[in-house]
Amino acid sequence: MNKFTEITDAEIQAYVDNQLDLDRCLEIESYIQTHPEMAELIKDYQDLNHSIYQLYSPALDEELPEQTKQTISNKKTHLNTRLSRRRPIQRKLIKVAASLAWLAIGGIVGWHSHSSNTILTQSIDDHTSHLVQPASFAHAIYSTESRHPVEVSAKEEQHLVGWLSKRLHTDIKAPDLSKNNFELIGGRLLPSTNRMAAQFMYERNDSIRITLYIRRGAWDNNKTAFHYSKQGSISVLYWIDGEMGYALVGDLNKTDLLDLSKQVFQQIS
Amino acid sequence: MTEIEQHIVAYIPRLRRYAQALTKGHSSMAEDLVQDSLERALDRSHQFRQGTDLRAWLFTIMHNVYANQVRRINNGPDFVELPETINESLVDTSTSKLELSDLHRAISELPLEQRKILLLVTLEGLPYQQVADTLGIPVGTVMSKLSRTRQHLRKLTHRDNSPHLRRIK
Repeated sequence: MNKFTEITDAEIQAYVDNQLDLDRCLEIESYIQTHPEMAELIKDYQDLNHSIYQLYSPALDEELPEQTKQTISNKKTHLNTRLSRRRPIQRKLIKVAASLAWLAIGGIVGWHSHSSNTILTQSIDDHTSHLVQPASFAHAIYSTESRHPVEVSAKEEQHLVGWLSKRLHTDIKAPDLSKNNFELIGGRLLPSTNRMAAQFMYERNDSIRITLYIRRGAWDNNKTAFHYSKQGSISVLYWIDGEMGYALVGDLNKTDLLDLSKQVFQQIS
Repeated sequence: MTEIEQHIVAYIPRLRRYAQALTKGHSSMAEDLVQDSLERALDRSHQFRQGTDLRAWLFTIMHNVYANQVRRINNGPDFVELPETINESLVDTSTSKLELSDLHRAISELPLEQRKILLLVTLEGLPYQQVADTLGIPVGTVMSKLSRTRQHLRKLTHRDNSPHLRRIK
């Protein structure tokens, strides 16, 4: 128990930034159960991170300014001539040509956006806004539904899995979590930030529900360990495996959620 | 377009977000910063060494461009201080505007290096070692400055300790 007292300031930072290894995370978590002051400090730092993210992230979705678009399409069409040296009418024509090229490229990218290696105008999908947050929202909305928690019930599991696989363009499986006393109730197709996502819902006999959220993404890091994030009262364990991002969400403690995530990981990968 | 150029282009939205935060919400300055950094990165993409971190390289370029930008403004003949108002679109409606704009102001008042460290870690999720490499400082300094910045922001935004700023939810 004494090792708890050795929690360093650097470890607190690393914990808050998800840069600490999982074992040490778990130790810190049991420590803060009995040390409310430390718990409050960590909570404040996590809230701070979240607020900074909220404050600046809308910029990710803003349309690019014309000048920037032009720089990109100039690169694409090898139009590297300095526009300013040309006569106004020429400049205008080049601008029109460049924006047409931009439109065309946009169209092509839009058309092929399900193909995995198109990264021309797509941004890199980050874990928080493209996986953790939509997964938590979807969990919060549907897991509390008494009459319509799922779109297709587990009775039609085969149909459900086939349908989701088709829509997500990849083989999706609903992992069997009965060893951990969770039974599949069903699932649904969801819109995610910029793609589609699948959600499976499981229930334990004490009515606790967890959801597994699966989506494809252009992640900046295509192989990650299990990461843990707390969104309000909801815990999220997530990981990236190739193009696919997985998030297991529930009002469970981290250890239970980690056990379940390992189950999911083993069955899916 | 080469592969590396495509990667650079894919990073534009993140460069824009970082620039907004770095320039303390001056939209036009942020736009220029992204544009100049982008042009420089594309021009020099052949200088990027494969196997090193692209993000670190891009942020280093942006930091240099920003330093020039600030120098130019400070030396300019008719510099008028722009109001550091927060861009409306920066504010998410789910959290009260007042709280986020307080935070924005507090971050804008941080010394430049502390601001960079905080933003690279929280917005970009850069590992501490990469932050250290990008800024050319030891990783221990990154951690201690990060800790001090957080303590400072916490004190400013904590309900009990401040008459001006409210607790960040």
